[in-house]
Amino acid sequence: MDLKLKIWRQKNSQEKGKIVDYPAKGISEDMSFLEMLDVVNEELIEKGEDPIAFEHDCREGICGSCNIMINGEAHGPLPGVTTCQLHMRSFKDGDTIFLEPWRAKAFPVIKDLVVDRSAFDRIIQSGGFVNINTGGAPDANALPVAKKNADLAMDAATCIGCGACVASCKNASAMLFVSAKVSHLALLPQGQVEKQERVKKMVSAMDKEGFGNCTNQYECEAACPKDIKRDFIRMLNRDYILS
Amino acid sequence: MSLDSKIPSGPLEQKWDSYKSHIKLVNPANKRKYTILVIGTGLAGGSASATLAELGYNVKTFCFQDSPRRAHSIAAQGGINAAKNYQNDGDSVYRLFYDTIKGGDFRAREANVYRLAQVSANIIDQCVAQGVPFAREYGGHLDNRSFGGAQVSRTFYAKGQTGQQLLLGAYSSLSRQIGLGNVKMYPRTEMVDLVVVDGHAKGVVIRDLVTGKISVHSGDAVVLASGGYGNVFYLSTNAKGSNVTATFRAYKKGAFFANPCYTQIHPTCIPVTGDHQSKLTLMSESLRNDGRIWVPKKKGDTRNPADIPEGERDYYLERKYPSYGNLCPRDIASRSAKEVCDAGLGVGPGGQGVYLDFSSAIQRLGEHTIAERYGNLFQMYEQITGENPYKSPMRIYPAVHYTMGGLWVDYNLMSNLPGLFVIGEANFSDHGANRLGASALMQGLADGYFVLPYTIGNYLAEVGFGKTPSTDHAEFKKAETENTEKINKFLSIKGKRTVDSFHRELGKLVWDKCGMARDDKGLKEALQKIPQIREEFWKNVNVPGSGAELNQSLEKAGRVADFLEFAELLCLDALTREESCGGHFRTEHQMEDGEAKRNDSKFCHVTAWEWKGVGGKPVEHREHLEFENIKLATRSYK
Repeated sequence: MDLKLKIWRQKNSQEKGKIVDYPAKGISEDMSFLEMLDVVNEELIEKGEDPIAFEHDCREGICGSCNIMINGEAHGPLPGVTTCQLHMRSFKDGDTIFLEPWRAKAFPVIKDLVVDRSAFDRIIQSGGFVNINTGGAPDANALPVAKKNADLAMDAATCIGCGACVASCKNASAMLFVSAKVSHLALLPQGQVEKQERVKKMVSAMDKEGFGNCTNQYECEAACPKDIKRDFIRMLNRDYILS
Repeated sequence: MSLDSKIPSGPLEQKWDSYKSHIKLVNPANKRKYTILVIGTGLAGGSASATLAELGYNVKTFCFQDSPRRAHSIAAQGGINAAKNYQNDGDSVYRLFYDTIKGGDFRAREANVYRLAQVSANIIDQCVAQGVPFAREYGGHLDNRSFGGAQVSRTFYAKGQTGQQLLLGAYSSLSRQIGLGNVKMYPRTEMVDLVVVDGHAKGVVIRDLVTGKISVHSGDAVVLASGGYGNVFYLSTNAKGSNVTATFRAYKKGAFFANPCYTQIHPTCIPVTGDHQSKLTLMSESLRNDGRIWVPKKKGDTRNPADIPEGERDYYLERKYPSYGNLCPRDIASRSAKEVCDAGLGVGPGGQGVYLDFSSAIQRLGEHTIAERYGNLFQMYEQITGENPYKSPMRIYPAVHYTMGGLWVDYNLMSNLPGLFVIGEANFSDHGANRLGASALMQGLADGYFVLPYTIGNYLAEVGFGKTPSTDHAEFKKAETENTEKINKFLSIKGKRTVDSFHRELGKLVWDKCGMARDDKGLKEALQKIPQIREEFWKNVNVPGSGAELNQSLEKAGRVADFLEFAELLCLDALTREESCGGHFRTEHQMEDGEAKRNDSKFCHVTAWEWKGVGGKPVEHREHLEFENIKLATRSYK
């Protein structure tokens, strides 16, 4: 199939960006979205032009690197799917597709579709862990965890930190990400000791990074490629008030 | 030069404990006087950085991703082994040790593997204490499943995202230390060279991938945790950024590269669809617990799989290996798939596929249970192929997955270059010629949390503090200049071909001649062709843009240039090892029934190669493998 791409090009964080048109011809429906971009880039390089910078690594939907707004939707039209797992069979011959980077003050553009998401790391560094040194941990089965809680903690821990929640929120709020990280540990006995301190530190770090507030519209949940539920935001709010 | 493995004396069971009791220690107040440079933030590098910082060392850690949480360990699916015997099914440290040695076709060092099995239980304790949400039984205790090459259930898992959860555990420990200021983290950077001063590894040359700036860092020791080299094949299950650069450039500075021909082909990957394909996606080995592998008995049978009656199906693994069945080790399952496809019985477009069928498990357990066990994998399969695996069987084919070769290390995990430690997939040490499932995560975390933090202290105490050379030292200046020149060279060629086109050409050649099966003729052909591709690369590659910006083509150019040299070493090693073992199958050396034929009298050793310049023949060194506790036997899974 042949497609018309409209792609955000921006040389670096200082210069202004703009949308540039690129044709994508002879695209197979078996290609992933990123493989389609590979084809376009190969042609650009052969013509001596600068290829489109975009982030990707595992291409298995788990590393959380890939991040493209596709026709205004984070990771494109399919629910529960990352950009690397989006295949061209989701598009039709002749389609026009807009590609833009994540837009958020806390995620400055580095180049083209690549943004800086280190704010997420700094939130974790503020307290998103259990304070335990290596060695000397008690036997793993000494602390039983109800299956229900373990499963729910796992659902929260499944967050890949891609930033789709932030990109899809009109306030660029990081509440879904932060709530997933907070809830994962709050649901387990190991996380209890520092539960209150943790939520305070992480919310404070989130605010400091310039993420907006939650407006309860749940675009984050709709955009999340890992189906992280908005219930975790409720859990975070509760823990925050109690802390 | 003789290779001294430095295996402690004494009985196997006591070696590690007695070693730990006798090594030199660094006084806590002196630890902060040492700086350790860690390359990579996967399970090995992340856990090592966190633990070394907890101990009090200054740690500088580098990764090429935008965040340490994205290292490729995150993609591991199925699980992590540990000899906990929670299932009361007869597991023990010795049994895990034995399975691993046998799985590796008796080509791993006994003492290292035994230590791995010993510390495996601590890993689970550590991860649970960090809050890793492993799967649980209703009583609240940990659940286990079985994996290839084992007859016990010793694999701990977190749905199909075990690697992700373990990595996030290590990342959270690392983040804690970054927050405390004990680790200085450098994301979006790449190690482009190792600096050796007076025979000791004392620093690295780093390129900032955003600004292009080259910087040098000196330290008291360097730890490479940069993963494997499977992307030499272009198509593999590795992340696109995984590369050989850090280990290969250390090799060029004098570290020996051991057993590069041991590459693991994973049996359960989604088959290739076309030339556009950029990577292959793995379906976890855990699927083989419930999925049954088969092909039609009749050639060219294009019927819908559901219409092929039981009697006309060949469940070839269950037929050939009745006691292990679908859970035979990866090398055996991969070769068997290749055999049936080569015999014209493969399914799907191009005939390069076999069925992995869940219909009987769904009938027995219900779709809900299967969805609970493997839901995300089924979803992933459907995304990629457009087929629903609940309704019709998956189609799978083997693909390059893990590399057991790597830099040679002794029992301390130190390479032959003093001060250069190599951990996780980047070293050669624990898996022999084949890695069993759920063992990579185990080794990465064992090395990082429980082995290196002891062994590196022994080295540091011996050399003493205050010996870190200044970055003004001539060796640093030289390495910095060489690497700047190399980058300028890439940018100045302005040829006609893209970096990727060279990578694909190289990868296809290496897969054809040194993939699932190798022979003398093919390897010699590859050794003749690789230098030609390399020569063309340096004349005709086109790297657009400049060196002072985010330039993904330039990043790839450096890595592919290394693959173009490394591929030659890989094929040379495969040619030299005239036997079949594990992931290395030489077609000239097979039993009458097609099983791998080892040659213990000639090849019961590790081959470690010493660099002798581009195009020059590397020098072969051998470490003879002593088996004092296990009798070398023909590997049988029948």
